[in-house]
Amino acid sequence: MSASGSSPLSAGQPAQEGGGAALTPVLTRRWSAPSSWTLASYRSLDGYQALPQALAVEPGRLVELMKASGLRGRGGAGFPTGMKWSFLPQGDGKPHYLVVNADEGEPGTCKDVPYMMADPHALVEGCIITCYAIRAPFCAIYIRGEALHAIRRVTAAVREAREAGFLGRDILGSGFDLEIVVHAGAGAYICGEETALLDSLEGRRGQPRLKPPFPAVAGLYASPTVVNNVETIASVPAIVLGGSDWYRSMGTEKSPGPKIYSLSGHVTRPGQYEAPMGTTLRQLLVSAGGMLDGIPLKFFTPGGSSTPIFTPEHLDVPLSFDDVAAAGSMLGTTALMCFNETVSVPWAVWKWLEFYKHESCGKCTPCREGTGWLVQILRRVVSGAGTPEDLDTLTDAAANIAGRSFCALGDAAATPILSSFKYFRGEYEDLVSGRTPPVIDARQLVGAH
Amino acid sequence: MTQAHQAHRSGPAEGHGVSRRLGVPEFLRTGTVFDEVTRARAAELVGRYPQSRSALLPLLHLVQSVEGFVSQDGIDFCAGTLGLTAAEVSAVATFYTMYKRQPCGEHLVSVCTNTLCAVLGGDAIHRTLSDHLGVADNGTAGVPGAPGSVTLESAECLAACDHGPVLQVDYEFYDRQSPDSALDLVTALQRGERPAPTRGAPLTDFRTAELEIAGFPVDPVTAVAGPSASVETLRGNELAERTGQSAPPMPDHHEIPPLPEKK
Repeated sequence: MSASGSSPLSAGQPAQEGGGAALTPVLTRRWSAPSSWTLASYRSLDGYQALPQALAVEPGRLVELMKASGLRGRGGAGFPTGMKWSFLPQGDGKPHYLVVNADEGEPGTCKDVPYMMADPHALVEGCIITCYAIRAPFCAIYIRGEALHAIRRVTAAVREAREAGFLGRDILGSGFDLEIVVHAGAGAYICGEETALLDSLEGRRGQPRLKPPFPAVAGLYASPTVVNNVETIASVPAIVLGGSDWYRSMGTEKSPGPKIYSLSGHVTRPGQYEAPMGTTLRQLLVSAGGMLDGIPLKFFTPGGSSTPIFTPEHLDVPLSFDDVAAAGSMLGTTALMCFNETVSVPWAVWKWLEFYKHESCGKCTPCREGTGWLVQILRRVVSGAGTPEDLDTLTDAAANIAGRSFCALGDAAATPILSSFKYFRGEYEDLVSGRTPPVIDARQLVGAH
Repeated sequence: MTQAHQAHRSGPAEGHGVSRRLGVPEFLRTGTVFDEVTRARAAELVGRYPQSRSALLPLLHLVQSVEGFVSQDGIDFCAGTLGLTAAEVSAVATFYTMYKRQPCGEHLVSVCTNTLCAVLGGDAIHRTLSDHLGVADNGTAGVPGAPGSVTLESAECLAACDHGPVLQVDYEFYDRQSPDSALDLVTALQRGERPAPTRGAPLTDFRTAELEIAGFPVDPVTAVAGPSASVETLRGNELAERTGQSAPPMPDHHEIPPLPEKK
């Protein structure tokens, strides 16, 4: 299905003069401020203004506000945030928890780490408001272990917030108590999956749990838990301050609000661009100065390596949850990795599969064994030793892993293979027939991880 | 899973007299006795969580900050602190890439070789450093822990794709690298110098970084103020400012919706 087909695409966002994206810094607007990570800087730019307003109303009204705003989770799945909060049972006598998923590791995704470095207090204020809304006395921010500077900044922000009376007992005289712990991971991509993250936070191997029960019923320590992404929670103070109508004045009807788009790869000016949901890659590329050295775009991911690849025919797909799904992929984390015509698709897919094999947690057979076999076949193909039968085996194995694995990692591993065969099968055929030379030599396979 | 596979490729194992059985994780015995300071830190970590076992990942980072890797003695220390068996702790330690089972260099150099960084030069950077140091992936040049020793590893996506190709030294970011710049950097590390990262705190060493990751800020002023505002991070903001673009203004007043009526 293409952007020009009959799929029900929304109109998307109008371009700026010159064709660029209409930039709407909301989440990123404080990033350029001097010492933006400090409490003093944050407070000078509306920081901790939303908190007293939130504490002045019934917690349940904040859940209604999030529902009205239409905010959808920014971690990739796009689940409506207010609805997720409303799933927590009330009056159940169990402690409730908020766990922030800051385990950013999806290839291409690079928004949460700079967010936590630049504006950690917005995350902390968002945590406090969210915990009040869901009546949680304890919050853990689970940050990827390798993101040391982000850990440092968020830790400092939590300390500053406690010293200022925004954390601890009886916050701002509201009677609400809250403690936040900054928790570092230890290098496992799978912990980005919310139930694996919970197991990891409980001091176990980070392996996914069977769902149901969902975390809203039995999450951290088997208690009702909300797990939200950094960008989601950081959106909360702005929504409390501006209201749902203001928030909905950006984005599309079903995907409201601004979004941080992360452009990387063969782009003249890669970086973070915040624009309304529904902005297109064509518009973002204009803002980013186009493709590097004018070499044309060959393929891109709308939201990380786990989302089916797109081609130049998808440049005008509005990048919102529903529009990208209608065009055959997933919005994911709006991690727009752009690859130019010099890049071999089978090579790129092989590298991604090495990643999925390395990060497969080993819990379920289709993913554990399947990723291993896919990698071995892909190594043969890219080094020039593949056969036509290998290509059938690849697609057959990938199709059998997708939908049959315990969690989404198995689906994600199959995705680059299935989507690249859809658009670039000829490149694989040329490799196995010898029409094109191998794209790697034996030396590169030795170092394969 | 991941580390069990890696174990067969680690270079330095032979030098430490470790026997290996397929699939059975083994940790080196060092005889280390963890001191009062470390025991106090361990107790503090346990106190941060509603349930003690949640402190296990930080505790493993803590023992790495003492020894530069996770030893059998480190495993036993964590187990004793939390009332777990050594088997329960080692099952966790072997799952996560950041827990090293061989002594690490003074510095850990992690080169992103995932697809995007690789296509921009990450593979070439890793190859160049591997050749220069004379070690394979996960190998250490020099005596582990001694000044100027360097462990090289290929890293998965480091969440800095707009800065690619990237590498980290002791988990601080060195952005937009090339084989030449990475070689200069590693040569400087071997000479005992500590070139400043592009984003992050002034460089210390692997063990100090592990102490911070465990949850103990080493230098809450200077380290926190280390740079982060890169050109790439601020690009959208800078363009919006230059072209006079902004989000719609917030209204002066709005009502937070009432609670829904009970049916």
